[in-house]
Amino acid sequence: MCLAIPGKVSLIEEKDGTHTGRIQFGGVSRRACLDFVPEAKVGDYVMVHVGFAISVVDREEAERTYALLESMGVLAEELAPGGAVPADS
Amino acid sequence: MKYLDEYRDARIARALAAGIRRLSTRPWVIMEICGGQTHTLMRYGIDELLGDSVQIVHGPGCPVCVTPLETIDRAISLARRPDVTLVSYGDMLRVPGSDTDLFHVKAEGGDVRIVYSPTDAVQLARSQPDRKVVFFAIGFETTAPAHAMAVLQAERLGLKNFSLLVSHVLVPPAIRTLLSSPKNRVQGFIAPGHVCTVVGCREYEDLVREFRVPIVVGGFEPIDLLEAIRMLVIQLEERRAEVENQYVRSVQYEGNRPAQEAIARVFEVADRKWRGIGPIPESGLFLKEKYAAYDAERLFELADICAQEPAECISAEVLLGHKKPTDCTAFGSRCTPDKPLGAPMVSSEGACAAYYQYRRHLVTL
Repeated sequence: MCLAIPGKVSLIEEKDGTHTGRIQFGGVSRRACLDFVPEAKVGDYVMVHVGFAISVVDREEAERTYALLESMGVLAEELAPGGAVPADS
Repeated sequence: MKYLDEYRDARIARALAAGIRRLSTRPWVIMEICGGQTHTLMRYGIDELLGDSVQIVHGPGCPVCVTPLETIDRAISLARRPDVTLVSYGDMLRVPGSDTDLFHVKAEGGDVRIVYSPTDAVQLARSQPDRKVVFFAIGFETTAPAHAMAVLQAERLGLKNFSLLVSHVLVPPAIRTLLSSPKNRVQGFIAPGHVCTVVGCREYEDLVREFRVPIVVGGFEPIDLLEAIRMLVIQLEERRAEVENQYVRSVQYEGNRPAQEAIARVFEVADRKWRGIGPIPESGLFLKEKYAAYDAERLFELADICAQEPAECISAEVLLGHKKPTDCTAFGSRCTPDKPLGAPMVSSEGACAAYYQYRRHLVTL
C-alpha cells in the first residue's frame, strides 16, 4: 500500500493549476503530480506514490551508500572459503 | 530499474546477513511495521537468511488490514446506492465486509471503480456531475498528502459531487501501543521509509527517548532491510537507542514539508479504531470541519453501521508481535486469503497472507 517507485522525470508542465511531470519507470511512462517536490528537475529521479512524487532521490546519498554496500559484498566474496560466492543461488 | 535492481543484489545480501549473524550475540527481536517490508522479508526469505541471530516479527503496517470491518461495511452500503460511484484502490475490493465484498457489489450492478490515484477520482467527479463520487481514502501518512490534495483540487474546481470515506491511520501511536503492552517483546523497530519520507524522523525521537528502543528508518528492497537490521543489531549490541536513517536516498530528517502542509490543511488527528487491535488514542486522521462537505461519513449518515469480528482470529496478538501467524489454529485451514477470518489475512501485505503466500505453513506444519 505504501509502495513508492523510483522514476525519472522526463517532462515538467503546468496542468489544471498543478505542477505535473511525465515520469519514466523503466519502459513505462506515467504522469505524476510534482507539487510536493517543487525542486524536482528534468533528469531527476523521484519516488512516486499513488500519482504523487513524495521525494527527489538523493543521488549522491544513493551512490555513496550503494558503493559502501557493494564493497562489503566484494569483501565477503574475497573472504569466502573456497573463493567466489555464486551470484545467485 | 535504477534504485531498485541494485538493492536486490544477492551477493551483497548474503554478505550483510553473514555480518549480522557475526555481530549478534543473542536472538534480538526486531519488528518491521510496513506491509511492503513484510512482503519483501517473506518473499526473499530474509528471516531464514538470518538464522537465529534475529527474530523478525511483523507489525500492524498494512492499512487495508487495519481498516475496521464496519468501515468496509460502510463502503459496501455506499456502493449499493444507485446515486453513488464508489472509487477505490484495487486492494480494497476483495476485502470481505460482514456479508459481502465490493467485488460482489460491483458484479451485482453497483458502480464501483478502481483507480491508481485519487486525482483520477476527482476527474471522474468532474466528468459525471450527476453522480456522487465517493473515494475510499485509506492509508498511512504516505498516502494522506495525496488524499488531502484531492480534496483541495475538488475545492478549487468547485465540485459538489466529490467526497472521501476516510480511514487514515498513523504509525507512531501504534508503536506506542505496542511498546506500552506488558507482553511486548520487541527490542528494535524498522520504521517505514515512505511514511518517514512524508513526515520525517522527528516523531520517532520521542518514542526512542520514552521507551529506550532503537528505531531505524528502512527502505523496501532486500538490501535496504538487511542494512536496517544490521544498524539495529549494532545499536542493540552497543546498548544504544537512537533514531537512525538507512533510507537516506528518500528520507530527509524533516520529511517533506509541502506534503505535511497539505495534510495539516485538510486533516486533523483524533482517536481511531484499528481492525484487530481496537481503538488507539490520537492514531487517525479525519477531515477538518472546514472540509465537512467532502466527508462521506457526514454526507451519507453512515455512523449506525457497526460490525463484529470473528472470535477465533488471533489477529490482535499477531499485529502486536506477540504471536506468529502460524501460531493460530485457523491459519491455512479455516482462514486463507480467499476466506480470511481477520485483518492480517485480508490483504497480500498482511503478515498472515504473506506467510500463506510464501508457503510458510507447509514448512512449519
